[in-house]
Amino acid sequence: MIGAAVIVFRESFEAALLIGIIAAATRAIPGRSRYVATGIVAGASGALVVAALTGRIAQLFGGIGQELFNAGVLGIAVLMLAWHNIWMSVHGTELAADARRVGREVSEGRRALSAILVVIAVAVLREGAETALFLYGLLSAGSVTYGELAAGSGLGLAAGVAVGVVMYAGIVRVPMRWFFAVTSALILLLAAAMAAQMARFLVQSDVLPSLADPVWDTSHVLSATSPLGAFLHALVGYDPQPSGMQLVFYVVTAATIWIGMQLARRRQAAHAASRVAA
Amino acid sequence: MSLRALFAAVVLGISFAAAPIAGAAEPEFTIVIRDHKFEPSEVRIPANTKVRLIVDNQDSTAEEFESKELKREKVIPPKSKGTVLIGPLKPGRYAFVGEFNEKTAKGVVIVE
Repeated sequence: MIGAAVIVFRESFEAALLIGIIAAATRAIPGRSRYVATGIVAGASGALVVAALTGRIAQLFGGIGQELFNAGVLGIAVLMLAWHNIWMSVHGTELAADARRVGREVSEGRRALSAILVVIAVAVLREGAETALFLYGLLSAGSVTYGELAAGSGLGLAAGVAVGVVMYAGIVRVPMRWFFAVTSALILLLAAAMAAQMARFLVQSDVLPSLADPVWDTSHVLSATSPLGAFLHALVGYDPQPSGMQLVFYVVTAATIWIGMQLARRRQAAHAASRVAA
Repeated sequence: MSLRALFAAVVLGISFAAAPIAGAAEPEFTIVIRDHKFEPSEVRIPANTKVRLIVDNQDSTAEEFESKELKREKVIPPKSKGTVLIGPLKPGRYAFVGEFNEKTAKGVVIVE
């Protein structure tokens, strides 16, 4: 039972962390809870489908189907997070000022919410598929009863969710002045981390070269298996031995999102100024 | 050009610029998963060479071949084989585990 709890915790805490950050960042957008919940349910359902199709997916594209699938869904999540951040950099302050604004803000808010629905669904799908396969294996090996499995998974899931809740609670306590800066920084780093993970799968399947591996080795400073190392891995993509390609994806993603946010804000400011002048 | 398109173009550009050219076959090593254990649990491979690991899961449940040091993770469905390309690697020991059965499924790749 403890074995199931440990694995379910490890798989769920990364997704829970992401959900906690996104839920906190979108606090001001009306109706966001429904989108978050739908994302979770969609991801969980998708996870069961992916788990059932694991064999067939793995065989696609000459044996690298699994890596391409993982890279693909991660890529989609990165694009959605980038879109969210760029959207928030334009509308975030307006929303914070008047959370009940209707009309254009709400319909545009819905587009941003669809983006986070996809991100959450992707995260839950990736972790959930592995979890489903693992739990199914435990059951069919007869090493646990349904009861033990449910109890262990429940425990592990609760612990994972607790991490997300703590993250959420911590972020919403950030003072209004820094709130947008902190949440967009967290989401930008999350996107960069997912892009680096995407690079790992593309290197693993030999679609891309590793470009020097590892570029540095900090595993004696902070190992990836230590609690802090695992937390930083989930939060900002910490890898003690990153490959060159991982770093390229990480830096390019972070820079592109940041530039996108600056350009969007500047364009918004120019529009506002021209409206005032007219 | 929208920024999403720009990002996609950058990624594609990198992929095409770095596209691997088909070359000679890499050395192959097979690791069998039986009763949630890796056989052999020690694999010796040459340094600075790309190597193809064939993980043959003969158990009736899935296993996830995972190594933080090798930066590889792959789910191998029951009664099937999966390929994991590793290397070129510097000499050393690189541990791997079967994440679904970590207590018994342990191994190491020794690069020399």
